[in-house]
Order: sequence, then C-alpha cells, then structure tokens
Amino acid sequence: MMRAAVVRFPGSNCDMDALRAAERAGCRAYFVWHRDDDLQQADVVLLPGGFSYGDYLRSGAIARFSPIMQAVRRHAADGGPVLGICNGFQILCEAGLLPGALLPNAGLTFVSRPVPVRVENVATPFTTAYRKNELVHFPVAHGEGRFVAAPDTIEELEASDRVVLRYADGGNPNGSSADIAGICSSDGNVVGIMPHPERVADPAIGDDPGHKFFSSLAAWRAAAPDEQITTPA
Amino acid sequence: MNFRAHIRVMPRDGLLDPQGQAVENALTELAFDGVSSVRVGRAIEVGVAADSLEDAEDATRRMCERLLANPVTEDFLIEVDPA
Repeated sequence: MMRAAVVRFPGSNCDMDALRAAERAGCRAYFVWHRDDDLQQADVVLLPGGFSYGDYLRSGAIARFSPIMQAVRRHAADGGPVLGICNGFQILCEAGLLPGALLPNAGLTFVSRPVPVRVENVATPFTTAYRKNELVHFPVAHGEGRFVAAPDTIEELEASDRVVLRYADGGNPNGSSADIAGICSSDGNVVGIMPHPERVADPAIGDDPGHKFFSSLAAWRAAAPDEQITTPA
Repeated sequence: MNFRAHIRVMPRDGLLDPQGQAVENALTELAFDGVSSVRVGRAIEVGVAADSLEDAEDATRRMCERLLANPVTEDFLIEVDPA
C-alpha cells in the first residue's frame, strides 16, 4: 500500500479532502504537521489547498520555510511524487520546486466554480490514468491563480510537455499565461495545479473526474523503477 | 548600530497589475484627469542592527532576495537610514 503524506500548514483547508481522495485511491494516507521534519517514509506527498500562514506577504511565501519543506525538497530530489493543489502549487513555486509564480487573478475577484480543463501530460505519477487531452471539469477556488513566468520559461514548459493541465474552451478563470492551470517539474514527479481534483473525487457528491489524479499513483508505482520506491510493496 | 530599512516591492514592469488598473479606473472615475500607469506594490519597514550602513543595506538586500520580493514577478528598492 502506498503511503501518502498530506502536509498540514496553519491555514490549510483542503487537507481532509486530499486525505480522503488518497485513501479512496487505495493509499495509506496520514497528516504531517508543518513543524515536523519527517515525512514518515512517504511514497507520495500532497500539499493541500488553503491559505497557509494567512497568505501573508505572498501566497506560499512563508510556508516554504516550514521545516517539513526541507523533507519535501529531499523527497522531490529523490524522484518522489509531490502534488501541490492550489495553495500547494503556490508553495511549490515559492520554494523553487516549480518555475513561475501565481499572481492575483486578472479580474481581481476570487473565483470559485467548476472550470473545463484538459489533461495534456499523462506521464506524471498523478495523470497516467487519464487519456491525453481528456477534458474534465474541476472546481477552482482561488484569488491568486494567474500563472506567470518569463517568456522563455513558458516556451520551455510548452516544448518539454510540462503543461499538465490547461484551461479549455475559453474557461481561463484568472488570466493565466497560455491558459496554464498546472505544470510539472522537468522530471515530471513534482506537479502543481490550481484546480481541485480532490473535491470531485468521490461519487457520493456527484461525478468523480478527480479520482484518477490519485488512482494514477498505483499505475505509476507499478511502472516505477525500484529505487523510487521507499517502502516495501 | 541600529538602522531602519525602507523597502519598496513593486510588480515588475510589463506584468499585468490588476490592482493598479482598478485603482487607475477609480481615480479616473473620481475625475482626476491625466492619471496613468498606476502600479500597486507594497512597503515594508525593517529594523536592522548592523556594524555599518553598508552591512545593513547588504542584509536588507538578502532579505528581499530570499523572502520579501518574488524574483519572478517583483522588483525592490531599498533605502536604509540610521534609526
């Protein structure tokens, strides 16, 4: 059984949704506190949405200095999967684990609604269960989700197929460059997305198009080289 | 010696600044003519104990690079005075 660590920061508020989504996908999921420095042999790390440290200064700017982030950094450097959702994506960018930054929405309003997105990269540990360019509807809920990066960074993301999710059908809710809703690291193991698959991952509340973000992990693990697996199967 | 660092963090030129745009629209609606290029940033003040003005400036610059400004999207200006 895969071990999934859900990091809790002061102000995290999608932590339980992330935990439940990972559990439903067959993971042994548990919380780790931001003051901890040990991921407890996690196979996968989830950075949930919320407003860590009140979003003071900039979203994610202070969370990145939490002791647990050192462990997350090592886990990522060893090839371990990391998924940052919404505030988690902001933290990954602030921590330099993903390029770019997330700025206040172009319309200045907090947007909270389902949006159409395409899953463009289906090679990451979180997306192998999707069809390439599969269209799904995920909720977004953010005030600072406008992805920006230097033009050559955007070019590189596009050229190396590192756009994981892209707002589709004119549904860009925040003015993100190139309609980018989520990206991954050059190795593909670190993924940051603004939409919330964990909020649509249980048929009890309707459709569950987000479930595959978590069920992909099993297929990824089955195909992963041994050295990427930190606990016995 | 004690110093006071005055830091101005501004959105990088060329990046869309929706706050600046909203403020500009409001100023125009208030009939302030000739208003243009409004940008909204943030001012931060930090008390710094250091051996010299140069050291205080250097420390402040490192604070900006590590935390106070986002190198991807923001520029910063520093002014350090004796406290």
